[in-house]
Amino acid sequence: MATEVGPTPVKAPASGGAPIHHGPKGVGEDNKILSQGKWASWLLAPTIIALAVVIVYPIVSAIVMSFQKDAGLDPATGLFTAGGPAGVQNYVNWIAQQCSAPAGGTVACPPGTLGAQFWSATATTFFFTVVTVAFETVLGFWMAMIMARTFKGRSMVRAAVLVPWAIPTAVTAKLWFFIFAFEGIANKMFNTSILWTGSEWPAKWAVVIADVWKTTPFMALLILAGLQMIPAEVYEAAKVDGATAWQRFRLITLPLVKPALMVAILFRTLDALRMFDLPYILTGGANNTTTLSILVINQIRQGFNAAAALSTITFIIIFLVAFIFVRFLGANVVEQSGATGKGKK
Amino acid sequence: MTAATSAATTLRAEQDRGRRNAQNKEKWAQGRTYISAAVILIWCLAPAYWMVVTAFREVGFTYDTSLLPSHVTLDNFNTAFDTSFGNRFGQALLNSVFIGGVVTLVSLVIGVFAAYALARLNFRFKYLVLGFILGASMFPGVALITPLFQLFTNIGWMGTYQALIIPNISFVLPLTVYTMTSFFREMPWELEESARVDGCTQGQAFRKVIMPLAAPAIFTTAILAFISSWNEFLIASQLSSDATQPVTVAIANFAGAQPNQVPYTAIMAAGTIVTIPLVILVLVFQRKIVAGLTAGAVK
Repeated sequence: MATEVGPTPVKAPASGGAPIHHGPKGVGEDNKILSQGKWASWLLAPTIIALAVVIVYPIVSAIVMSFQKDAGLDPATGLFTAGGPAGVQNYVNWIAQQCSAPAGGTVACPPGTLGAQFWSATATTFFFTVVTVAFETVLGFWMAMIMARTFKGRSMVRAAVLVPWAIPTAVTAKLWFFIFAFEGIANKMFNTSILWTGSEWPAKWAVVIADVWKTTPFMALLILAGLQMIPAEVYEAAKVDGATAWQRFRLITLPLVKPALMVAILFRTLDALRMFDLPYILTGGANNTTTLSILVINQIRQGFNAAAALSTITFIIIFLVAFIFVRFLGANVVEQSGATGKGKK
Repeated sequence: MTAATSAATTLRAEQDRGRRNAQNKEKWAQGRTYISAAVILIWCLAPAYWMVVTAFREVGFTYDTSLLPSHVTLDNFNTAFDTSFGNRFGQALLNSVFIGGVVTLVSLVIGVFAAYALARLNFRFKYLVLGFILGASMFPGVALITPLFQLFTNIGWMGTYQALIIPNISFVLPLTVYTMTSFFREMPWELEESARVDGCTQGQAFRKVIMPLAAPAIFTTAILAFISSWNEFLIASQLSSDATQPVTVAIANFAGAQPNQVPYTAIMAAGTIVTIPLVILVLVFQRKIVAGLTAGAVK
């Protein structure tokens, strides 16, 4: 009971709940918040309007488009089909991989057409996401642990990791295309003769390796920033108490760096799910390296509305993954603050 | 007696060994750190180094594997700028600078107000706005491109600069607001209060006290914004024309004299030209850039 009474008088003036006792002061506070709100809406207006024009408008119009039929020549029949409302047909076509048939109605899309690639593109996108983010997390964590130590030349290492990050992805793709060329340095170094971009698994691994090279530094820097927030005394105390290196890592480093790590993983996951440049330039989407983004781009010139449906599906997938992550992340943050609370008692 | 002596000897030997072990362990740990650091250095720099070395190699020795520069030439840089195979690399460089410059400027001018409001003012829906802006930066580009493709086709904007600049703002503006908000949160705002006590208006306090202090943060944000616009490929690859394409598209479509032969050395030269200014910029402002990149992510 005492704890409940405690904060009430403190809160009251701020929320304007005690205007009789502190009459003028309470009103002043209210006005301040009001005027700040007014100020804030003026300051935020340009950004909100700009984002509404460049993001909200296209999204809404993509959703509207996705329920329209594509006008134009039907590739299967050669006849002109008019546009018009399509209901959820575009979505059904992608998910069930049904293409319109010459005799009307739909049939399963023949292999090789864009319509037949939805599930394989989804699988490829998730394969790239899971594998690259896993590698980047482990490698990035290791790099961050090294960069957090004190040694001569540390600043040089910290500068060097920015180099892959600073190289544009298009250039990275061309660079690795050259490294993975048949007569390129990768084959020479490992004394192999692999056609890296010529068959499925080498092509996939080429994309994974190039992506890991390019984006691990970003991960490492985010994790390093998290590591540097851990006070050194915590480690000292653990050392005095006789904790082994592994125990210190598992019981101190990992839980304390977790919030930063989760944010880094979330950023990278959402980024990997929309991966486009690297496979598009490195392999051209051949040999099952077509991601959902590449499939949308390939579809655009064959029909806006079907492409809009596919891009909306992509958007929903990314949104769902982000939602799951944030829920998961939120749960962990709560759990962690609970744990520290227990420790204090 | 012999037993006691031997016990003492063993004890001393053990202590010695313990001390030596500790020293060795320390040395070994330090050694491992250096080995790991070397591995990181090589992993990060070797591919970039290979690009630069190849850029200076004669075409006939494209696949030379000597690790040091060999058959050095500047021809590849001439080839990169050569327009006779339909490449417009020089034009593309100018396009990228122009597009990046406009996008950065617009995003900063609009974003600085929003960042100030988000960092400094109390208002309702603050976290909703912040969430919306953060969500916008995580947005997949393909979700925008389809309607824009149709819209720009209809109004005859395909291949124009504005068709490349406007969608770019959707990526760069959220990033700008987000980065600047976390910079602004850490600034010494008490100075603003004291300026106001000394008789400045809120506007004056912002201009005369806060702006000079915020300049480094704004500059860092500008670099990050410019780099992100410079790297953009998806939108540009679909909406640009030969005349307006930025460097990323020019490099991706780089053609050689023979259609079946990839002009690797010229592409590496072009890549080097595109990359070197960025790398220099990033290395000079390393600390600020790392702070900007990680801003907000750890809090």
